[in-house]
Amino acid sequence: MPVFWLVIIVLALAAAGYLLGRSRALQSAGGDSRNLHSQPNYYGSHVIMWVTVPAFGLMIVWLLAQPLLIDGRIAAQLPDTAVSEDTTLGLVMSDVRRVADGLDRAVGQGAMTEEQAGSVATELADLREQLAEVGVALGSNVSSDVLNAAQRYRDFKATGSLLMGIVVIALAIAGLILALLRTTNEFRARNVVERGVLTILMFAASIAILTTIGILLSLVFNTIEFFRLYSAWDFFFGLEWAPSFSGRGGASSLGVLPLLWGTFYISLIALLVSVPIGLFAAIYLSEYATPRVRAIAKPLLEVLAGIPTIVYGLFALLTVGPMLVSVFGQNTVGWMSGGTAVMTAGLVMGVMLIPFVSSLSDDIINAVPQAMRDGSYGLGATQSETIRQVILPAALPGIVGAILLAASRAIGETMIVVLGAGAAARLSLNPFEAMTTVTAKIVSQLTGDSDFASPEALVAFALGTTLFVLTLGLNVLALYIVRKYREQYE
Amino acid sequence: MNDMRLTERATDMKEIKITAEGVDVFYGDAHAIKDVSVEIEDKTVTAFIGPSGCGKSTFLRCLNRMNDTIDIARIEGDILIDGEDIYHPKVDPVQLRAKVGMVFQKPNPFPKSIYDNIAYGPRIHGLAKTKADLDDIVERALRRGALWDEVKDRLQEPGTGLSGGQQQRLCIARAVATEPEVLLMDEPCSALDPIATAQVEELIDELRQNYSVVIVTHSMQQAARVSQKTAFFHLGILVEYGETGEIFTTPKDSRTESYITGRIG
Repeated sequence: MPVFWLVIIVLALAAAGYLLGRSRALQSAGGDSRNLHSQPNYYGSHVIMWVTVPAFGLMIVWLLAQPLLIDGRIAAQLPDTAVSEDTTLGLVMSDVRRVADGLDRAVGQGAMTEEQAGSVATELADLREQLAEVGVALGSNVSSDVLNAAQRYRDFKATGSLLMGIVVIALAIAGLILALLRTTNEFRARNVVERGVLTILMFAASIAILTTIGILLSLVFNTIEFFRLYSAWDFFFGLEWAPSFSGRGGASSLGVLPLLWGTFYISLIALLVSVPIGLFAAIYLSEYATPRVRAIAKPLLEVLAGIPTIVYGLFALLTVGPMLVSVFGQNTVGWMSGGTAVMTAGLVMGVMLIPFVSSLSDDIINAVPQAMRDGSYGLGATQSETIRQVILPAALPGIVGAILLAASRAIGETMIVVLGAGAAARLSLNPFEAMTTVTAKIVSQLTGDSDFASPEALVAFALGTTLFVLTLGLNVLALYIVRKYREQYE
Repeated sequence: MNDMRLTERATDMKEIKITAEGVDVFYGDAHAIKDVSVEIEDKTVTAFIGPSGCGKSTFLRCLNRMNDTIDIARIEGDILIDGEDIYHPKVDPVQLRAKVGMVFQKPNPFPKSIYDNIAYGPRIHGLAKTKADLDDIVERALRRGALWDEVKDRLQEPGTGLSGGQQQRLCIARAVATEPEVLLMDEPCSALDPIATAQVEELIDELRQNYSVVIVTHSMQQAARVSQKTAFFHLGILVEYGETGEIFTTPKDSRTESYITGRIG
């Protein structure tokens, strides 16, 4: 039974259950909802919960588990001869799935009947051509072992989804009956429904957390794998980044320091650009701008934050880089040899961060109570004295938090660096030289054609972990500072 | 309220410090103050009383041009301090506010140390040449604010860590530190408990020796306790102004009498 219809049936049951639950509750209260413990809607919702939650829960688990179970059974039944020397079990199994898929499609498009698909044998028909006609291309002729396996695969799948349909609907009906039996005017439906809603909310929140943990674990395991192949000391303290490419052989130097230096240098320039400009913009917007200017300027500034970073990268590559070369290049002072440089990426990243800094600082400055301003004006302070000596000191912890958040964005930024900073890992103080960052190298190490199990590819995970720890630390620090500040006025 | 004591107050004439003539205030289209004229004496505590929204705080904020910080406020009429029009174009409101200190309804110490809170005004106006001068000013202001003994050992602690009453006295000391000639107080005790209120009232009475104090209050008992002159505002109009003792015992206007006896407001 297709999943779509199954969902429709369960939802229909739920809708019917809602009405039944409601009316049953009203009936048990003699038609007067004041005799009920909860509002009638809660009794209906209570039935919906019992119908949908177990049924859909089981369905999801079943849909996840079924392919795994069937794969295991089929693989166990494959004769040894099916897996010849130049293939692996995994490749054969994917063949089996493709053939089964092809048979499904052939039946769906009317090229075969259901019986034909079940009984067809390689000797009788040219299956590869038949399947190609319905749009499933196979690399080689289908062996009889694979065909048999594919047919069994289809059988299992059909049985499986039929079973699933039966069990899910049975569960939904059972839930419906159980919930209706519990529905009396004494039953505390509101409490049950509200606890159910709470559980859904908690589930949603925990998915975000679990995902983070999942990402972290995948990083950590691959990082451990990397450190098995490459010494941690050389990674953390190596001064040279020179991965050897696959095929050419030779040992790689995978020191992280040149990359960290590039990351740090570019972020520093980005912050030197964005912090003063963003902060001044925030002061203007929150303290001096008239409401009309503010209503126009603030959204405009925040539009900058919505521009995809790849566009900033293009801006760096096509506009800022050549412009810097024309000022600092070979024809003038000769500091800069190419458009891609720390300065290019840093300036553009700084522009990207301006709205980030200004928007957060603006909120923080606005959170300083009006009483502080009144107090200062009442003592004969001018507006600029008030801003410098009262408002900024009061807002300082929050502003520092905003800057740290901006810094962690700068460290994690990728596209601007890929396009604007160049690809050479280098330990240098000259901001007009090309350098590269941790993020850019993660991209290049994973998108190359090197073997995925080699240290040259796995190093990307170690780099990712390093970056994760760095930005996490900065974020935690920033949030701590911001929160500490918030406590002062609330 | 002890009526006998009220009528026996010293009522000798003093110099006029502030003169307001035909003052009107508009907030946008709302006419908040209507043709108010009043003469406020030096070295006197003058109380503004009246029901909420009667314009007494608005009028108070005209006296140091705090209404200038509100975009939609518009003021007409003349206000003179020591015979000088404070709304004259050549008067800098910043200079004026140094001369006319203000204490607000809610204590609003800056998130700085106690010392820096007091030193804020003197530093801005360059009142102290040396660190020792500044120390003197801070000590004097805190003594006038009746707070010195409580905080002298912890001047570097944050002003926000004091209790509500101490914070308000800190704000008064902060206003006194810039050597103003007039002190405006906008319901200075409304956020304080009775004990802290008593301390602040005692302080207000002492401040009368050196300053002209104008206090807005919701509490008629407070007006009777601390002030020598009382002005009763109602719906933006100055209904009655006179000796506190007379206002509270023999009001001339029926509205004043109704308010004081609790029938309106």
